[in-house]
Amino acid sequence: MRRARIAIAATLLVLALAAVAYAQLPSGIARPDNEQNLSTQELGAQLYAGNCASCHGIAGRGVAVPGATRGAGNIKGQGPSLVGVGAQAAHLYLTTGFMPLSNPHEQPWRSRVLFNRRELASLIQYVASLGKGPPIPHPRPETGDVSEGMHLFTSHCAGCHQVAAEGGYVTDARVPLIKEDTPTQIAEAVRVGPYLMPKFSKKYISDRQLNSIIAYLQATKQPRDIGGWGIGHIGPVPEGMVTWFIAAVALIALCVLIGERLRGTV
Amino acid sequence: MIRRAVRFIDTRAGAAPFIKATLRYVFPDHWSFLLGEVALYAFIVLVATGTYLTFFFHPSLADTVYHGTYAPLRGQKMSEAYKSVVDISFHVKAGLLIRQTHHWAANVFVAAIVLHLMRIFFTGAFRKPRELTYIIGILMLFATLLEGYAGYSMVDDLLSGMGLAIGYGVALSLPFVGGNLALLIWGAPYPGDPSFESRLFIAHVFILPVLIGTLIAVHLTLVASRHHTQFRKEKRMTNRRLVGVPTFPGQAPRSLGLMLGVAGILLLLGGLIQINPIWLWGPYHLAQGTNGAQPDWYLGWLIGALRLVPHFDVTIGSYTLVPNPFWGGALFPLIVMGVLLAWPWLERRFSPQRGFHNLLDRPRDAPGRTAFGVAFLLWVFLIFFAGAADRIYLFLGWSYQEQIWIYRGLVWVLPVIAFFVTRSVCRELQAIERVEEVREAAEAEAQAASA
Repeated sequence: MRRARIAIAATLLVLALAAVAYAQLPSGIARPDNEQNLSTQELGAQLYAGNCASCHGIAGRGVAVPGATRGAGNIKGQGPSLVGVGAQAAHLYLTTGFMPLSNPHEQPWRSRVLFNRRELASLIQYVASLGKGPPIPHPRPETGDVSEGMHLFTSHCAGCHQVAAEGGYVTDARVPLIKEDTPTQIAEAVRVGPYLMPKFSKKYISDRQLNSIIAYLQATKQPRDIGGWGIGHIGPVPEGMVTWFIAAVALIALCVLIGERLRGTV
Repeated sequence: MIRRAVRFIDTRAGAAPFIKATLRYVFPDHWSFLLGEVALYAFIVLVATGTYLTFFFHPSLADTVYHGTYAPLRGQKMSEAYKSVVDISFHVKAGLLIRQTHHWAANVFVAAIVLHLMRIFFTGAFRKPRELTYIIGILMLFATLLEGYAGYSMVDDLLSGMGLAIGYGVALSLPFVGGNLALLIWGAPYPGDPSFESRLFIAHVFILPVLIGTLIAVHLTLVASRHHTQFRKEKRMTNRRLVGVPTFPGQAPRSLGLMLGVAGILLLLGGLIQINPIWLWGPYHLAQGTNGAQPDWYLGWLIGALRLVPHFDVTIGSYTLVPNPFWGGALFPLIVMGVLLAWPWLERRFSPQRGFHNLLDRPRDAPGRTAFGVAFLLWVFLIFFAGAADRIYLFLGWSYQEQIWIYRGLVWVLPVIAFFVTRSVCRELQAIERVEEVREAAEAEAQAASA
């Protein structure tokens, strides 16, 4: 009954705020005027209507566009249904700044979070209320084993994210580096599988293993650079640049210097 | 002091004439002649550091478990080879410094050879009577690439394993012989049998270094016997007269200084800038991989070529005659090597000059050669840059696929443009010089007339 009321309210708000939403800059956020006076539920619904509903549809049912339009991650239509994604997915997409997307065909990329704390909480609560879904996980990396985490990360994740979590390239997508993510966001991403990333169920990566992976990722934030300047931890490309732009330049300078000294003696 | 030392050796070896000739050998006095010496000294650093590393490296793929001090690897299964390199990095006295210096020296060695080759090419130093010296130099360059690849591969870290997978794929792609050749080298289908590691090791620490050392010896003997080339500093210099600094007391201290300078720069790099941190990459296991794995820079052009060649195989019915990796991984480097080796004869075909050339051209003096060299270099370098397209995509956000398509066009268009631009720049420079000459002559005449 409450859900139905919210749905009706959302329907009305979609119409009411459509103009506001369209008037906004693509990267901006549509906010209700009287934010302070709204309850958490109302605020969530209004923010959803203003910022999400154009792609995810009324009450999170998705917007199916007949024909070929494909949104982010090859999802049919403008945006996928959010019914049953739970607080887990909402928290991941909203706290990383992946959503809202200015253009549904773009890859979600980590960016500044434009919602404030209360708005985030309201919106996450609203999306979670759309259907029964997984809650925000609570990983405990301090119980994980870094070494096991490294092995698991190399087996499951490094093929895309690079072994030192520096990111990379896969067909049609940039793979984000995992340096800024919180343990919660990492745990969510593994279970949700944003954009092209596959979903890993607990059957493939158990919660215990996930704790180890997160422990390893926290360790990569301060890699053991015992060899000196780390030059990005991505291997031979920066090494080649050092070879040519530092070593070769220094050696040519040395040759010129010695060659000039020779010249005086002839 | 020196006289006494020479006398000592002479009474026992009768070597005074040879030593005298060596000490009096005349070196040309241009800095670009030192680039080859830089390569030589990098090689010496490589042999010295490499020898130290062999004391601690175990060339074995036997399974072991790490129990050392580096926490992220503790308890992980790995090969003896990989574990020994981790131990070199964390425990052996000066191990990491020597290891990093060795790796930087390898990168610099090839860079110095390339710079030296550019000097030789653009000044026409390869011409008669020095074609043999030149050919040996080119062979050394390619031996060095193999040597570097073997060293990169035998550590058995994550990057080694992925690099070998690509090498195995390219070996398989050789028409007709590929399958058998790959089996011969690897001993079994990828990742090969355990003896493959000892083959890599013996190739890296014995066969290839001895080959390169021998080629260096022949190269230097030929240089000395045909003597160095030199730039024409004055109008009256001819192909027959030598101008320069004698070995002693002129060149020897400078060469010694250069050697110490090269060693110093390499040790500084090895001590200050981290290279190939294999403890961060982890050990290699089949079916593991990392995004953005790259070879060392000097094999980057082959990765670029593998990426640029459009996807096609040559097939007859269901039989694949030439699999795709052949084009970028085998044919492309063979073409580059072939063109470089054939160049002295190609050039003679286009501009028939049969005489001896002891005087060097400046690049502008031979517009055709210079233009070809620039175009050829640009061709290889564009393909090289294409090998880093994934990193460009990650950092700058330029679509990878679009980059590859743009490169596919640029590698054919830009070199042609570069050829004509360079040629006309050379000709312009020549024309300017002719005008200068006429002007100077006229001025001198006017001055003489007024006086």
